[in-house]
Amino acid sequence: MRFFDFASHGHYWLALLPEVILSLSAVAILMRDAFVEKVSRGSVDLVDDRASVEYLITMYGIAAALIASLWLSDMSAPTDSLIALDGFRVAANFILLGGALLVVTLANDYLARERLPTAEFHALLLFALVGMLVLVAARDLILLFVGLELMSIAVYVLTGLVRNDSRSSEASLKYFIVGAFASAFLLYGIALLYGATGTTRLATAAVAITNEAVGGNFLLTAGVGMLIIGFGFKIAAVPFHMWTPDVYEGAPTPVTALMATGVKAAAFIALLRVLTIDLGGVTDLWRTAIWWLAMLTMIVPNLIALTQSDVKRMLAYSSIAHAGYLLVGVATSSSLGRAGSLFYLAAYTVMTVGSLAIVFHVAGPGDRKSRIQDYRGLGWQRPGLAVVLLIFLLSLAGFPPTMGFVGKLFLLRAAIDAGEIILAVTLVLTSLVAYYYYLRIVWKMYFESAPEDAEIPEAPGVAFRWTVGLSAFAIIFAGLFPGRLIDRAQDAVSDSMVPSDEISTSHMNEFHGSDLPRDPKVVSAETGSQRESLRELRWR
Amino acid sequence: MNELVGLVALDTQGMIAVFVSAILFAVGVLGVLLRRNAIVVFMCIELMLTAGNIALVAFSRLHGVEGQILVFFVMAVAAAEAAVGLAIIIAIFRHYEVVDLDRFGILKW
Repeated sequence: MRFFDFASHGHYWLALLPEVILSLSAVAILMRDAFVEKVSRGSVDLVDDRASVEYLITMYGIAAALIASLWLSDMSAPTDSLIALDGFRVAANFILLGGALLVVTLANDYLARERLPTAEFHALLLFALVGMLVLVAARDLILLFVGLELMSIAVYVLTGLVRNDSRSSEASLKYFIVGAFASAFLLYGIALLYGATGTTRLATAAVAITNEAVGGNFLLTAGVGMLIIGFGFKIAAVPFHMWTPDVYEGAPTPVTALMATGVKAAAFIALLRVLTIDLGGVTDLWRTAIWWLAMLTMIVPNLIALTQSDVKRMLAYSSIAHAGYLLVGVATSSSLGRAGSLFYLAAYTVMTVGSLAIVFHVAGPGDRKSRIQDYRGLGWQRPGLAVVLLIFLLSLAGFPPTMGFVGKLFLLRAAIDAGEIILAVTLVLTSLVAYYYYLRIVWKMYFESAPEDAEIPEAPGVAFRWTVGLSAFAIIFAGLFPGRLIDRAQDAVSDSMVPSDEISTSHMNEFHGSDLPRDPKVVSAETGSQRESLRELRWR
Repeated sequence: MNELVGLVALDTQGMIAVFVSAILFAVGVLGVLLRRNAIVVFMCIELMLTAGNIALVAFSRLHGVEGQILVFFVMAVAAAEAAVGLAIIIAIFRHYEVVDLDRFGILKW
């Protein structure tokens, strides 16, 4: 174990090692694109399983960042550091980097098929990933804002990557206007919070709020409200969701996958950290707002999704609904709820990327065949693809024995333990409604036959097949044996940095030497009993 | 006035600055919701960011330098956003020869 006191610059570099690695990879890709002769771009001899240099750099960069995150899990830092060094961040990094790894692998076929600029795609994806990692590591509102913008700006460009397709440009404009609008709200919320508490550091701010009588003050309430609005747009919670279906439909599908998983997960984890960990002492401030967001976000999109005829659009509404389930975990404000959210985010990332990958594969050249009608008879034309899609859809719907089912059970448990019975009931009922639209695709695949003139989607490449197959296997495996993953999620949550009462004004002088105890853990008698009750969840 | 905001310590000039920023922010929000030209909407978003900056600077009178540091970051981010945003608007113009948001149904429920 090593202790970072941030007395020298080196400590900042080390604490941000995954971010540094990813940034360097992105810069390397851009430099290569600028200075090395481009031979293959746009030429006809692009083959599906082509491993371009950009692709390799991206994969190695992400893998190195994963290792660096693992290394960081042994490190510790003072409780009021700007950069979080805790299990929560490491778990978040794993979800985000893993999701990005899936997206990059699966996007390879798509990039070749649609003749998209690979260097730009990979570099921008890496920059977006850096933003996400900064966002989940931030314990300071300045860092939070910078991370969020780094992520958002890169994704605006990624959305408009298919420049000759008007749908892509349109989606990009929509996402940009709404995203910038949300960022402005977030910024103003940060300004008000800064005015109310006198600091941008979350740890210090939390203590200032609980210690002094600033609770119930107008600035503080407005600040937290605007922060929630800003995050609400990013995680696409109702009523800030109106941009989602159009943008998800218009964006190139791998980018949709990145938006639906990475961007949403990062904003979600940041929301969890800000609200339930750092402002966890003053739940009155935000709990009602989050409760209503969760209710609306579970009910509305599930009803709208019933009427959709486009699979991409339907999955967009389904992704909004999943944000609602995740918000239940935030609303409980318990460590069990946080662990449930982390577990569900991991499941959600794998199954969303997987299902969207199948969707863009079936859609074919030009990304045109994405109506539900186009899935008729897929179960007999391409049995492998159909079975995998079936597994992802069942997991999204929450059928046992899949990871999605365990995740929902986990969140349900957290909601009941926290006494949020109405939320728990809504979660179950809306999940039942959702069965209909997920199973409708399954019905089309297996029980209706394709029209005579329908062309069979081509067979996917080897990398695509393996990745999708392994993801589906992981979904089932984690659904059958969730024990270790649940433990991991709980450990990650109990090892999160909490604001402590003793705030050092200058942590550089006071924290020298590594014999100091690690951060005060949130583990308490309460979490112990919750852990016991969670044993029932497992059937191993 | 002070009770409303809960800031006893902020002086009059600071209070005026905070209120100006609140008005600017409100104008920006209304502009985004009501105006339909992409460029004007974009300008309104910049107005909202500027409102945030003014508030931060005003609060810095009371709390010290952190807010002013954030202002520099916001200016850098706003510049990057302007570059990307204008590029996106040009891309849209190439397709439709119009930058009217009604054409795309943005910000509609």
